[in-house]
Amino acid sequence: MKKFMSDLLISEMIRLNEQYFIIKLTAEDKLPEMLPGQFAEIKVEDSPSTFLRRPISINFVDYERNELWLLIQIVGAGTLKLSQLRAGDSLNLIYPLGNTFSLPDFKPSDILLVGGGVGIAPLLFWGAKLASEGYTCTFLLGGRSESNLLMLDEFKRYGTVVVTTEDGSSGEKGYVTDHSILKTKQFDAVYTCGPTPMMKAVAAYAAKNKLFCEVSLENTMACGFGACLCCVTDTTDGHLCVCTEGPVFPITKLKW
Amino acid sequence: MVDLRVNLGKIQLKNPVMTASGTFGYGTEYYDFFDVSRIGGIVVKGTTLRDRQGNAYPRMAETPSGMLNAVGLQNKGVEYFAENIYPTLLDLNTSIFVNISGSTVEEYVETAAIINELDHIPGIELNISCPNVKEGGMTFGTSCPSAAQAVKEVRRVYGKELMVKLSPNVTSISEIAKAVEGEGADSISLINTLLGMAIHAETRKPVLSTVTGGLSGPAVKPVALRMVWEVSKSVGIPVVGMGGIINATDAIEFLLAGATAIQIGTANFIDPTTPVKVLEGIEDYLLRHKMNSVSELIGALEV
Ligand SMILES: Cc1cc2nc3c(=O)[nH]c(=O)nc-3n(C[C@H](O)[C@H](O)[C@H](O)COP(=O)(O)OP(=O)(O)OC[C@H]3O[C@@H](n4cnc5c(N)ncnc54)[C@H](O)[C@@H]3O)c2cc1C
Ligand SMILES: Cc1cc2nc3c(=O)[nH]c(=O)nc-3n(C[C@H](O)[C@H](O)[C@H](O)COP(=O)(O)O)c2cc1C
Ligand code: FES
Repeated sequence: MKKFMSDLLISEMIRLNEQYFIIKLTAEDKLPEMLPGQFAEIKVEDSPSTFLRRPISINFVDYERNELWLLIQIVGAGTLKLSQLRAGDSLNLIYPLGNTFSLPDFKPSDILLVGGGVGIAPLLFWGAKLASEGYTCTFLLGGRSESNLLMLDEFKRYGTVVVTTEDGSSGEKGYVTDHSILKTKQFDAVYTCGPTPMMKAVAAYAAKNKLFCEVSLENTMACGFGACLCCVTDTTDGHLCVCTEGPVFPITKLKW
Repeated sequence: MVDLRVNLGKIQLKNPVMTASGTFGYGTEYYDFFDVSRIGGIVVKGTTLRDRQGNAYPRMAETPSGMLNAVGLQNKGVEYFAENIYPTLLDLNTSIFVNISGSTVEEYVETAAIINELDHIPGIELNISCPNVKEGGMTFGTSCPSAAQAVKEVRRVYGKELMVKLSPNVTSISEIAKAVEGEGADSISLINTLLGMAIHAETRKPVLSTVTGGLSGPAVKPVALRMVWEVSKSVGIPVVGMGGIINATDAIEFLLAGATAIQIGTANFIDPTTPVKVLEGIEDYLLRHKMNSVSELIGALEV
């Protein structure tokens, strides 16, 4: 897929709470095709301690409105600076980067998408695509507390949503992998993105139940397009770049 | 029209802008961003005799105005390069250099001999910033005798442009430069990354899997400029300067300090079109200063 480096226009900034915000971007020309699981490398201006671009997942693409959404958590100087942008400002992106989620070689009847914290970002775009193709999706979303559960109304448009929080402030108390739905319902394909311990736990659940499972990794990156080899993960094929061969990997390939 | 051509010993580049090894992949990673054939040269990824998996993740740490890397020369080996990558580079209309690394002199020599057979590769860049396993892991490029020996042996089997890339992690870089010039290097490139480290205070752990790594980016530019200036005064062969170049002004500073050509590394990650922007900026500068040729800039520092 062709990569672009472009200045996009911020059409809307939505502050979800203290920690999270959504940037909606648009352009005069039609946005290029993007795939669920792909990401963009964002240039952060006027943040002296932010030297490299910041990789951020494509949260959703609204082709009708020609809009690209990013869901971002403030964790440091770069994301803080991004949170201070306003509608009308422009943002420089290198995109779309990386591969995409894929379907198993059989037709899954019940698909589970498990997200933790800001890791839910790419699952919205993927869930929307799955739903548009007639698949049945269940979103299992977890967070430390209620304020870490994001965009629930958006997810509800594409399937059933169940949640967990570590402090019990919403949904079932505990980790996503503790949720009762994993015991009461049979799934045949699982996709997950979030903190590494969570993804490992989900991968273990999938492996135990012999389910097709893909995870989306968030290794630190310098370039995002295969030039530096900084972002590798160890796989059955040796060290592979998460930015070009991933970020989505089938769990059978990862040597965790 | 200004004349942008520069001579690097055995070959001429159509302009002084090159890309640095390990930051430009095999060039193909950049095709979507600009016409790679416009620039003077590209140096492809560090290549070794045999396949190398490189170091464990994490291999990168962002630092003030720069980054540390500990990639560890991950590559599929020179045979793979010759059979699978080289054919894809044949249509490029720019000078392609292969950056060669080894852990023994024999490995350097064997790798260079294989590259010598590839018609479309006019030169190699010998990376002597590698640990010499036979000498207890001491880096080839940090002592004059071992740097000289590596160059001497490679020179025997390699007839085309032999560019030797120096490590800045030395007491006197000019001495190393003179030693490699003495063994027949056609040109010298510098600097490779500066040894550094980063620590995660909260977890009390090093950021890199290897603890230490190589620093690059604007943070190293003043050191790089000083070294290019010193080396260009002490050798007669052309010098290729790099270290922290992000725009045309930086590039011109290196030319003034005595570099005949420059390489762009880390900046490619942030703006992959940096090489063409630098090229256009150099042209503008020459026009603005009513200079006819880029060679008028080389070493033109008024001290
Ligand atoms: C493919 C990919 C997709 C991503 N998608 C999103 C997304 O949709 N939304 C979102 O909010 N974030 C996402 N991230 C993470 C995001 O890139 C980082 O949070 C961001 O770069 C932090 O920048 P900063 O300057 O604010 O913080 P920094 O000051 O750089 O870092 C703050 C803290 O976060 C840690 N950190 C930074 N980057 C990472 C990382 N990649 N993995 C683990 N720890 C890290 C640092 O070690 C530090 O402790 C993604 C990362 C990748 C690789
Ligand atoms: C990720 C990365 C990988 C590198 N790999 C190599 C390499 O394989 N061989 C080499 O000679 N130099 C390598 N270098 C060093 C660069 O070629 C260059 O000398 C250095 O980064 C300084 O230039 P810069 O500040 O413009 O990046 C690497 C640098 C980086 C950042
Ligand atoms: S981040 Fe540079 S190769 Fe993946």
